[in-house]
Amino acid sequence: MKSLAELAAIRDKMKQNATIREDGESTIRIVVGMATCGIAAGARPVLNAITAELAAQNVTNATVAQTGCIGRCTLEPIVDVIVPGEDIVTYVHVTPDKISKIISSHVKEGIPVVEYTVGAYEN
Amino acid sequence: MIRSHIMLCSGTGCVASGCHAISDAIEAEIKAVGLESEVKIVHTGCFGLCALGPIMIIYPEGSFYAQVKPEDCKEIVDEHLLKGRIVKRLLYHETVGDDKLTNLSDTGFYKKQKRIALRLCGVIDPEHIDEYIGFNGYEALGKVLTEMKPEEVIDLLKKSGLRGRGGAGFPTGLKWEFAAKAKGEQKYVCCNADEGDPGAFMDRSILEGDPHAIIEAMTIAAYAIGADKGYVYVRAEYPIAVTRLEIAIKQAKEYGLLGENIFESGFGFDLEIRLGAGAFVCGEETALMTSIEGNRGEPRPRPPFPAVKGLFNCPTVLNNVETYANIPQIILNGTDWFTSMGTETSKGTKVFALGGNVTNVGLVEVPMGTTLREIVEEIGGGVPGGKKFKAAQTGGPSGGCIPAEHFDVPIDFEQLTAIGSMMGSGGLIVMDEDSCMVDIAKYFLGFTVEESCGKCTPCRIGTKRLYELLDKITSGNGEMSDFDMLDTLCHHIISSSLCALGQTAPNPVLSTLNYFKDEYLAHIVEKRCPAGVCKDLLRYTIIEEKCIGCTVCLKNCPTNAITGAVKVPHVINQEKCIKCDVCVEKCKFNAILKQ
Repeated sequence: MKSLAELAAIRDKMKQNATIREDGESTIRIVVGMATCGIAAGARPVLNAITAELAAQNVTNATVAQTGCIGRCTLEPIVDVIVPGEDIVTYVHVTPDKISKIISSHVKEGIPVVEYTVGAYEN
Repeated sequence: MIRSHIMLCSGTGCVASGCHAISDAIEAEIKAVGLESEVKIVHTGCFGLCALGPIMIIYPEGSFYAQVKPEDCKEIVDEHLLKGRIVKRLLYHETVGDDKLTNLSDTGFYKKQKRIALRLCGVIDPEHIDEYIGFNGYEALGKVLTEMKPEEVIDLLKKSGLRGRGGAGFPTGLKWEFAAKAKGEQKYVCCNADEGDPGAFMDRSILEGDPHAIIEAMTIAAYAIGADKGYVYVRAEYPIAVTRLEIAIKQAKEYGLLGENIFESGFGFDLEIRLGAGAFVCGEETALMTSIEGNRGEPRPRPPFPAVKGLFNCPTVLNNVETYANIPQIILNGTDWFTSMGTETSKGTKVFALGGNVTNVGLVEVPMGTTLREIVEEIGGGVPGGKKFKAAQTGGPSGGCIPAEHFDVPIDFEQLTAIGSMMGSGGLIVMDEDSCMVDIAKYFLGFTVEESCGKCTPCRIGTKRLYELLDKITSGNGEMSDFDMLDTLCHHIISSSLCALGQTAPNPVLSTLNYFKDEYLAHIVEKRCPAGVCKDLLRYTIIEEKCIGCTVCLKNCPTNAITGAVKVPHVINQEKCIKCDVCVEKCKFNAILKQ
């Protein structure tokens, strides 16, 4: 290692680690329903797609967590995106191919993908 | 990609309570459900709450699992990691609220803590340098080497008010300035990791949990005083700390953070480990350096101080592990940040090893000026078993006992000295009403007698005589004239011993004499030990009204000292009784009186 820039590069690469371990107030939480109903409806590939897409799009300020059954089993896989200070946005019937757009638009730009949300489904 | 981290404490405390078995079990369970690519196991240093080991924290939820057993691992993996359902029954009870989980940092043990020296203990994997760098590691070194002159580093440290955490509390910046100004081609930087106080283990925990912080700080010190070579003197009985430090030095060298021309600044520094054999006196600075030189570890008179004439007769800076651990943080966060914590004369925080009769045995770091009450009752969770707090011992064999009446004194270097104890390296042993203060003084004197190096007479013979006097008192042969003798002896040892070991050895006697003279009097005049500890003064008798003659004690007595018949109150033969306490343990009717 010769320069501060190299040190900074390692640090930034490791920041993903730091995000998971800090209960940072600016961290976005992505929560996947992983009860029996969720898993049966395909939550596992969705979860894998989320983690892969976060890495691919270099997102360092988001963590992925799982949760149990919320009661609307017919709408699984359900994914909540929780941006601090904003209302929870709930996506339903999520499939791996929808993930890229949710991450790039909602997590990175702050613009929810309205057509995938529970509100759009109910209408 | 990794979405969850399992932080598994691998400090000495949790290794002893079985964290390796947990690690194996959890790894096997993760493989069994195929989560290897999503979950990462991180072996960390000490979290501090050693009483609850083995400890496991799972992120991003931050769930704190305590006293985990290998058979619990399947449930944790299946429920928490696979399905996202936190296993509440295994959580540390203080984090489980009525309707939601309490954040770990809001629990009693952690709420009042401020972790600077222990910042990354339990947060990073100490065996991977990238983890340290990920938490701003080596940035302070980068800043110092590329932006600051050596004098500026020393000035900054002087302004911060940082004082040595090894015990004496000497201002660190001043020490560095002396060494920087001392004339000499060759200078050295040393780290005192020869932690010898019974019960103190903060230096070990820092080396185990965050070894790179020490390497970074020592390199900064070397730059500030113009040294190119350093030694860490650590005791061989800290094998985990030694191994992690070795790994850290190797990785730092591979990254070019140790060695020649660091960050292309032209400055170079090399670091080696020297193992000590565990002699208490080698924690004294001149003895430590004599030991590094390859000689028998004995102190020499000061002055000259090490800053002028230290290792191999060259100017040397010697600081304690905890002192070093503060330095990168002070450089990165500034002096205003550091001086905002603590008291007028003692800035920043202090780590205490909390032990003895207290619920949360472990390692705590609090701002200077925190009261003993806050540490013992709020952080430590109080004295267990409904017993009463009697005294706290700080500073180990060099310190003293603080009675309950000083419970609200804000702890810093000056205040502790004023009430007859000292900071020492930060051991804090809590004692309840069942502790005999004369016996405590005797225990610490026994330690110093054993550890006295023998070079100077007052320490070698004086401490032995002091021990004999205490032994005489605890065995029931004390006389009133012993008070004068104790007092005289203590003051002679203090005034004429060569090094701090002897100069502070009488402190446990003086402080207990000062605060608990009534206990000494009870031993000498009434031939009675009020706490029921000193065996020679104890008498076991059977209370006739309570004894139903069940013969249990009689059958269990190892010396057949108890006689009697069924349904007839028994009698203890005082000649035969060895005071082993077995009859008290076995009697179901509280019929045996011990006084």
